[in-house]
Amino acid sequence: MRRIISVLMENAPGSLSRIVGVFSQRGYNVDSLCVAPTDDKSLSRLTIVTHGDDKVIEQITKQVNKLIDVLKVTDLSDGHHVERELMLVKVATRSDLVRAEVKRNVDIFRAQIVDVDANNYTIQVTGTSDKLDAFAHTMSQSTEIIEASRTGVCGLARGEKALRP
Amino acid sequence: MEMMSGAAMVVRTLKDIGVKHVFGYPGGAVLDIYDALYAQEDVEHILVRHEQAAAHMADGYARSTGKTGTVLVTSGPGATNTLTGIATAFMDSIPMVVLSGQVPSKHIGEDAFQETDMVGCSRPIVKHSFLVKRAVDIPEAIAKAYYIANTGRPGPVVVDLPKDIVNVLEEHPYQFPDDVTMRSYNPTLKGHSRQIKKAVKTLLEAKRPIIYVGGGAITSEASELVTEIAEKLNAPVTSTLMGLGAFSSVHEQFVGMLGMHGRLEANKAMHNADCILALGARFDDRVTNNVDKFCPYASIIHVDIDPASISKIIGAHVPVVGSVDEVAKQLLKEMGKIDAKAQTAKLADWWEQVNQWRSRKCLDYKKDKNLIKPQEVIESLYKHTNGDAYISSDVGQHQMFAALYYPFAKPRRWINSGGLGTMGFGLPAAMGVQMAHPEAVSAVVTGDGSIQMNIQELATCMQYNLPIKIISLNNRALGMVRQWQDMNYKGRHSSSYMDAMPDFVKLAEAYGHIGIKVTKPEELDAAMAKCFAAKDRLVFMDIEIDQNEHVYPMQIKFGAMDDMRLSKTERT
Repeated sequence: MRRIISVLMENAPGSLSRIVGVFSQRGYNVDSLCVAPTDDKSLSRLTIVTHGDDKVIEQITKQVNKLIDVLKVTDLSDGHHVERELMLVKVATRSDLVRAEVKRNVDIFRAQIVDVDANNYTIQVTGTSDKLDAFAHTMSQSTEIIEASRTGVCGLARGEKALRP
Repeated sequence: MEMMSGAAMVVRTLKDIGVKHVFGYPGGAVLDIYDALYAQEDVEHILVRHEQAAAHMADGYARSTGKTGTVLVTSGPGATNTLTGIATAFMDSIPMVVLSGQVPSKHIGEDAFQETDMVGCSRPIVKHSFLVKRAVDIPEAIAKAYYIANTGRPGPVVVDLPKDIVNVLEEHPYQFPDDVTMRSYNPTLKGHSRQIKKAVKTLLEAKRPIIYVGGGAITSEASELVTEIAEKLNAPVTSTLMGLGAFSSVHEQFVGMLGMHGRLEANKAMHNADCILALGARFDDRVTNNVDKFCPYASIIHVDIDPASISKIIGAHVPVVGSVDEVAKQLLKEMGKIDAKAQTAKLADWWEQVNQWRSRKCLDYKKDKNLIKPQEVIESLYKHTNGDAYISSDVGQHQMFAALYYPFAKPRRWINSGGLGTMGFGLPAAMGVQMAHPEAVSAVVTGDGSIQMNIQELATCMQYNLPIKIISLNNRALGMVRQWQDMNYKGRHSSSYMDAMPDFVKLAEAYGHIGIKVTKPEELDAAMAKCFAAKDRLVFMDIEIDQNEHVYPMQIKFGAMDDMRLSKTERT
């Protein structure tokens, strides 16, 4: 089952490698990983999308929590949550027809064209991973995807729940 | 504030923490620190002959005292040579701090001479690590390292020190940190009160309870409390390899070690129990055998300081996160007064059953007129040390014989590499023990294979007058490998022979020690007496034993805990 693990950790050198290390040395899956400092610069927040049965997920959260640099770990997918991912995708727009089709789909998906070149558009799209998958699929039907880059999922719990030190 | 060099700070911090012994080996990146060591007498440095041994010495020192062991090595090969020792300590949750030199900061990443990314290399096998970047941060990093190493579930911590920050020519203000606590690190010591209540209810309802004690009971100094619980409940007690001595092996409620080479009565009692109280044990694969067939009737109460150990292998019915000592106190309080007579009556049938398993006497073996049996060597060792020595062990058949035939009545007396199974651990560990307990008897049970993995330390023993007693069970083979080859590979002894065996007596003598060769059963006792009579000398006992002896009992692969071979021909 797909799970979203959110980790609050010290923004210290080596912290990230320790977390990644836990996943590789214990054979857990990483589907995506997203990390950056929080509003408090001494902390980093990391969101890992992984999959496994309940036992594996329990072990992942416990093993990550065990790391000295880690303050809090939560499984966002345990409850209601908001999750978003951003994708930048560069598509070929070699004819007016394609340009129009791309533009139409960009509007439908509420994406944005952030760069325009003679033969391509660079598009920014945010949403759930499913939405990004769907957008990429739609694009690939009308034109050629030259390259794409995704941030991986980040998320927060809905309501009053919060991951704070 | 006092001004001093980074190197002096390292040594001063060790002194302020209370470190008395450092095990290490010098080299380019740590010459400044060695210079600072030279200038003082508070911290004694013990020069080993190989850095792996330094880590094992610090480990033996830590296991026998509960204090954190300290290692000091140079960058590159010095640091990487400690990795096996660090992994050994990590697997067995032993507090250790490894101070490793590093190339100067500006050369990090340049593939400089003797550069390795020690923090990276050691990452999977440490509890935590520090790469110190400024001299003024040295005291805090080292103090935190000791704090982390010896709180919660203990483990090794690496502190990597670039050469430029320990430069003896630059001075910086020294301040020992007032507080080393961290917001991200707060081990849970006390059990949750609701879980304690649940645990006690389960224990008191049980008709066939067993207490399964592990290394955590030793780490948290909980022997007396565990004994009190056991006596109150009148339950049988078994122990892991790591837990031996936490509950006295000569106590009448002790049913022996459990697991792969556990006693029949221990494994039978576990398998048939209706309640298992696991105290600081982690349901290791060398205990459980096939997890799908593990203890089908038992409610499992699992007490462990590491939440990640609970329900990792075997699901716990009553998980209790906390240290064994704190939780044991809580359990005792919650139990209150128990009617001893009623409890005894309730468990009468259970004890009758357990005693019936005991009566099989699974450790009995046949002596031989001409060949020395490994079991009788351990029995003789027990006799000649009055069961009161520190026994370190290497890894293999001799380790299992020692664990089974030397009853440990006290904690911290049995020093062995349980989790990692590191051959070469025994001798340096026994040296660490002797450093910590100069007046005690420190013996190592080893074999002709294991002892050759760190035999160079005989020189260190001479330099520091460590009168270790080396009991080497020489079967001219890698015994445990050979046993598995006999059992599972049709006796094809692929690379398990030692064809060019040195003369161990001459070898010991070459290093300045005493060597004794024993080949006949009738000579054993006298030789052992001679060995322990030489109180201030290292004695190497090269004991030629029966090559074909196997360790029994032994669990049968893929079976339940109690599916065992009892000898070459009998099984349960």
